[in-house]
Amino acid sequence: MTEKQYDRVEETLFHDMLQNGLHIYVDRKPGFAKSYAFFATNYGGMDMRFQMDGQWHDTPAGVAHFLEHKMFDTKDGNALQILSANGASPNAFTSTAITGYYFDSTEKFEENLKTLLSFVSVPWFTPESVAKEQGIIGQEIRMGDDDPDTQVFYSMLKGLYEYSPVRIDIAGTVESIAQITDQTLYDCHKAFYNPGNMVLCVAGDVDPQRVCALAREILPEEGKGEIPRDYGKPESNRAFQSEVVREMEVSTPIFRLGWKAEPVDKGPERLRQQLMGELVCEALLGTSSPLYARLYEQGLVNDSFDYGYEAYPGVAILAAGGESRDPWAVRAEVMEETARICREGIEEHLWRRLKKAAYGNRVKTLNSFESVCVNLAQGHFNGTDYLTFPEVYDGIEKSDVEQCIRRWITSERTCLAVIRPKGSAK
Amino acid sequence: MLQVTQKDLRPGVHLTAVQTRKFKTSVLGVTLMVPLDKRNASANALLPYVLRRGTYNRPDMQTLSAALDEMYGGTVSPIVRKKGEALCIGLTGSFLDDALAPEDAGIRDAAARLLTELLLHPALENGGFRTDYVAGEKKNLMNRIRAQINDKRLYATARLTAEMCADEAYGTDRLGDEASAAAITPESLWNRYQDLLSTAAVELYYCGSASPEQVEQTFAELISGIPEGERRMVSVGQVLSHAPAGTPRMVTEPLDVAQCKLSMGFRTGGITAGDRAYPALQLFNAVYGGTTTSKLFMNVREKLSLCYYSSSMLEKFKGLMLVSSGVEYKNQERAKQEILSQLEACQRGEIDRAELESGRRAVVSSLRTLSDSQARLEDYWLGQTVAGLTEKPEKLAERVEQVTLKEVVTAAQKVELDTVYLLKGQEE
Repeated sequence: MTEKQYDRVEETLFHDMLQNGLHIYVDRKPGFAKSYAFFATNYGGMDMRFQMDGQWHDTPAGVAHFLEHKMFDTKDGNALQILSANGASPNAFTSTAITGYYFDSTEKFEENLKTLLSFVSVPWFTPESVAKEQGIIGQEIRMGDDDPDTQVFYSMLKGLYEYSPVRIDIAGTVESIAQITDQTLYDCHKAFYNPGNMVLCVAGDVDPQRVCALAREILPEEGKGEIPRDYGKPESNRAFQSEVVREMEVSTPIFRLGWKAEPVDKGPERLRQQLMGELVCEALLGTSSPLYARLYEQGLVNDSFDYGYEAYPGVAILAAGGESRDPWAVRAEVMEETARICREGIEEHLWRRLKKAAYGNRVKTLNSFESVCVNLAQGHFNGTDYLTFPEVYDGIEKSDVEQCIRRWITSERTCLAVIRPKGSAK
Repeated sequence: MLQVTQKDLRPGVHLTAVQTRKFKTSVLGVTLMVPLDKRNASANALLPYVLRRGTYNRPDMQTLSAALDEMYGGTVSPIVRKKGEALCIGLTGSFLDDALAPEDAGIRDAAARLLTELLLHPALENGGFRTDYVAGEKKNLMNRIRAQINDKRLYATARLTAEMCADEAYGTDRLGDEASAAAITPESLWNRYQDLLSTAAVELYYCGSASPEQVEQTFAELISGIPEGERRMVSVGQVLSHAPAGTPRMVTEPLDVAQCKLSMGFRTGGITAGDRAYPALQLFNAVYGGTTTSKLFMNVREKLSLCYYSSSMLEKFKGLMLVSSGVEYKNQERAKQEILSQLEACQRGEIDRAELESGRRAVVSSLRTLSDSQARLEDYWLGQTVAGLTEKPEKLAERVEQVTLKEVVTAAQKVELDTVYLLKGQEE
């Protein structure tokens, strides 16, 4: 086991790798009453085609999310109830690239950790329980169909990407999940829930040695390691479509503007580009940028406006959106501001304070155990050391961010997705 | 790990400083505390929102945001709270702790200067508040008051307390009412502001890595800027030991709702946060309806399926216990009877070991994790200041560990039904 100090953010991280390939990270948080554990697999909505035991498997959309729902079932009952009865607050989520299971508790941490490791590593599916879940998840998908925020997000992804599975809804469709059987779930569990494809992150006033000992005790001795996947044909830097417009029952148009950035391979550069991508957003259209003030005063955006940078295997996107009476005008304003920045550069004062604010806001996230563990897990799968972000910030110059704006914020790389009120004309 | 220092800096100006290295952020706050009163409630609630709009130095949102960015991404929020019958009007901010910032950053001092400006040196127009800021925030306040009806569960609880405490100061909502909000003018708000600045009790709060001495230094400018004057001491106000004569009262209101909300208000026999019996009352509440292993949850919801939800909570400074539940109209009478019969079971001592212990675990865990959250800590200590209490949450947790079944039953026996409020559909 190794111990590493991160002086600038005052964190101490323990790391070990078990024989089965599982990586374990423990962030010691002395003085906290609560402990938190996050057990995650490098498997998300976009991992639909993969190789196991020399064979390629094609699976329907929505399996990772379906599996997450069914993992809580155990041969003797339900792990959620066991954890709750033990004073823990458990939950789980599935994202585009990972699935994670977690709990926090102030007492019986070791017992709860054992339960977590055990229910996630031991599958228990039956045709009946799969059929029942198809109904429940079907309802969840229909709810998403009615949710304009979900719809505008996927409209943007579908507009930007032609082949990448990132364009497909994590939950799948009613039709795709109808194809899922208990055998599909067992196969995917075997491939992706092997310790070599997983990570365990813990934060709290706990003994790292005990965490590793419990993981050794509960988890299988052998792992398969990483699973090769296929994400479809390579994508160009151009957006597949420049506009996607749909109508729904909304009172105001809802929009999302996306730009394709170059995807970065696994490794430290992933974190650097993440931080640069966020600074691009802040400098160009962040809440303290000149453009935002202009958009707000003209009533083109309101409090619902948000923005960010997201990256998945083969995918990197800058996106911004919210409610607007005229999303096309927002796009025009953004492009105009981009042209201005390309001409004049980012104002020196603005740059300095944006960087301070971005740094401070990221340090603040370390107050949250959940945020620490999720970032450590994602960093691990991406080949980055999350807690080195202060040093990475040091190495980012104004000219780097200007360069990104010049390269990424172009009309060829843009897609504007709009959900407009039914019957409204444009 | 966590040092709490409380101190009177001047008559009516009090400091609570929590020193800890647990967090990456420090919290700084200033709160004016006054007795709740119906006439001024809306103006009191409006004030921090108008102050947050701009200062003489940073007169608009953009310059304020820039100042906060300079402090490594700080935030300042207006916050209006009721603690018993005291109204707490505050500006509270969260900032990167200096321990984690470059040495010369001086975030704590800059944050205190900003709070000083916000509280004492607002953006002016003709010697008073800017009329556009007052108009804008007045509109927002009226929207917030109107929007209370959107959450039917909270609305029913608010209506219950208003009815139950109609003759007490506590019956006034923290935001006041729409009519008095509408009547506020820039002049009347300015007068209210001057009055509050010179007569309200002031609480300064800090939580972070600095020592109490450093904190006092940091707040020096704010402390000296607060005008001299006779400040009214604040308290949690009046607590009734018994439900008044003529109770239980039944209030029914029709509204366009699909599901009825049944809210029941009880008096806790005068037991409040400062009492020796308070840990027993807390544990009783947990066993009765405060958790997902409680009697109300297990029986009224799970076993009899009479409610979509049914739970109880304490108003610890006012000596109230409020039960709220969502029911079908046809089940509301049975639900009410069942809620009362579960109380009677507690009063007869029918609480088994598992119920008592899982309730105890929930209360203890909630008290212990309080110190893991800067926001919860701040709220806890503000309440303690208003109530004149000094007990730390960990000490209270220790007392909860010691509570016996007999003490829980004794606390339960003091509980009396005061008012039943039913929000029902138009058709029923």
